Amino acid sequence: MSLLNLQRDFRDWLVTGEDSAAAALGGGPGTLVYQNNYRTALVSSLAETFQRLVLWLGDEAFEAAAARYIDARPPSSWTLDAYGEDFTDFIATLWPDDPEVAEIALIDWTVGQVFVSPDAEPLAPEALAVADWETAVIRAVPSLLVLPIATNADAIWQALATGETPPGPEMAERGTALLVWRQGLEPVFRRAEAHERDVLAWSAAGQGFAAVCERLAASLGEEAAVTTAGTLLGRWLGERMIAAVG
Amino acid sequence: MSEHLTGFGLGMRRPHYRSYIEGTAPVDFIEVISENFMIPGGKPLDTLMKARRNYPLALHGVSLSIGSADGLRDDYLKELRRLVDMMEPAVVSDHLCWTRIDGFNSHDLLPLPYTEEALDVVCRNIDRAQEALGRRMLLENPSSYIAFPGAMTEWQFLAEMTKRTGCGLLLDVNNIHVSAVNHGFAAADYLAGIPMHAVGQIHLAGHVQGEHLLIDTHDQPVPEEVWALYRAAVALAGPVPTMIERDDNIPELEELCAELDIARGIAADERIAA
Ligand SMILES: [Fe+2]
Repeated sequence: MSLLNLQRDFRDWLVTGEDSAAAALGGGPGTLVYQNNYRTALVSSLAETFQRLVLWLGDEAFEAAAARYIDARPPSSWTLDAYGEDFTDFIATLWPDDPEVAEIALIDWTVGQVFVSPDAEPLAPEALAVADWETAVIRAVPSLLVLPIATNADAIWQALATGETPPGPEMAERGTALLVWRQGLEPVFRRAEAHERDVLAWSAAGQGFAAVCERLAASLGEEAAVTTAGTLLGRWLGERMIAAVG
Repeated sequence: MSEHLTGFGLGMRRPHYRSYIEGTAPVDFIEVISENFMIPGGKPLDTLMKARRNYPLALHGVSLSIGSADGLRDDYLKELRRLVDMMEPAVVSDHLCWTRIDGFNSHDLLPLPYTEEALDVVCRNIDRAQEALGRRMLLENPSSYIAFPGAMTEWQFLAEMTKRTGCGLLLDVNNIHVSAVNHGFAAADYLAGIPMHAVGQIHLAGHVQGEHLLIDTHDQPVPEEVWALYRAAVALAGPVPTMIERDDNIPELEELCAELDIARGIAADERIAA
């Protein structure tokens, strides 16, 4: 048998676990060791990535979901950390009537991504020196992600993470979103305030501070728009969320 | 290029990070799993960078897949090169095994048949990896639970592989023991067939007895049989940088360092004997 065919047979055995596939490798107890190693490594990697989801679902339900995921999505990436990439969507199909479940998974996944995202020195509030506010663009640190959520998964996640009793699942107000980013080496998140998502999105699209204020003014009036944008920027600088303004 | 490895080291594991960052762990070098640090940024890289200032480093990979019949992945080699350039390790190693075929990645160290065809594939891939990394690699003998019919023994394969590619060997003494018991060969024959001049590093670890086979779990102290085999290996190889791999059921650092002292003692005995 060619090496290529042997390796494909081996893959088929790991993925399907069928007796005929094991027989192609010669059968025997060794094939079962590899089957077990393969599945164990994937389940424990998922459990490591989705720690709060494990707590919310309990070990048994989590492991059952993980086993179905492993059957449905054999791993393709060379880093085990990436294996959970589609797990959130998969969880959503398993718990269609409990939207908080997939959102807890989403927060687990996102916090993990933010944990290892590119480093960036945040702009210190006292270092803010803008030559021209007209054209200055607010640039967030590269780790910042905006996560729309429909439930109180954030409160549940936080309680699970700190060992407190989590609240029951509830729907969140329409338009709720989380800001997730890294302060130094630690991932943090909080709910976005009114207008915060808009100002961040417009800035990320490259619009200068003046243009952002002008768009805000459409709903707030001119004076309140400038105050709001200024207050938000001040808050973000204090939260080490901004890499540059200019 | 950075320093050579010498002496006695440990795999750097999370419960002991602080001791490595502070430089208080009494070891001569550290080893980490490369893939855990092939990431854009954040705390893991920050930790490694700090530990690296205190200790020479070995980067030990698990996903290169040197035995893949369809070759190596460019993106993997590029990421590994990035880490190597950043950390300037003394050693870069991976395993004689395969983990990936087509778009599938098993995340397990799977066995190769020791055939002429596999030898060609492995040597071609080693040439490519060493070129992409701009340096020599060490390849580790795996522990295995299946042995395929092949034209040669594992040690003959390793010897031929080092001769053809110039790569070095990371000799895992526990893996020799596990595979010897599982497949019924004599560990002494294995050691006698290894080109000891090519051995750049030694691994020690523990295993457990499964229902039918020994399982390489890295969750136990180094057992007596492995110490005995280590003694035989250093008698043949001379002083080789040696470390203990403990990946699970991780004890206090002091306990691992006490185990490392056993290795120091054995190596010292053998030096006197020589
Ligand atoms: Fe090893």
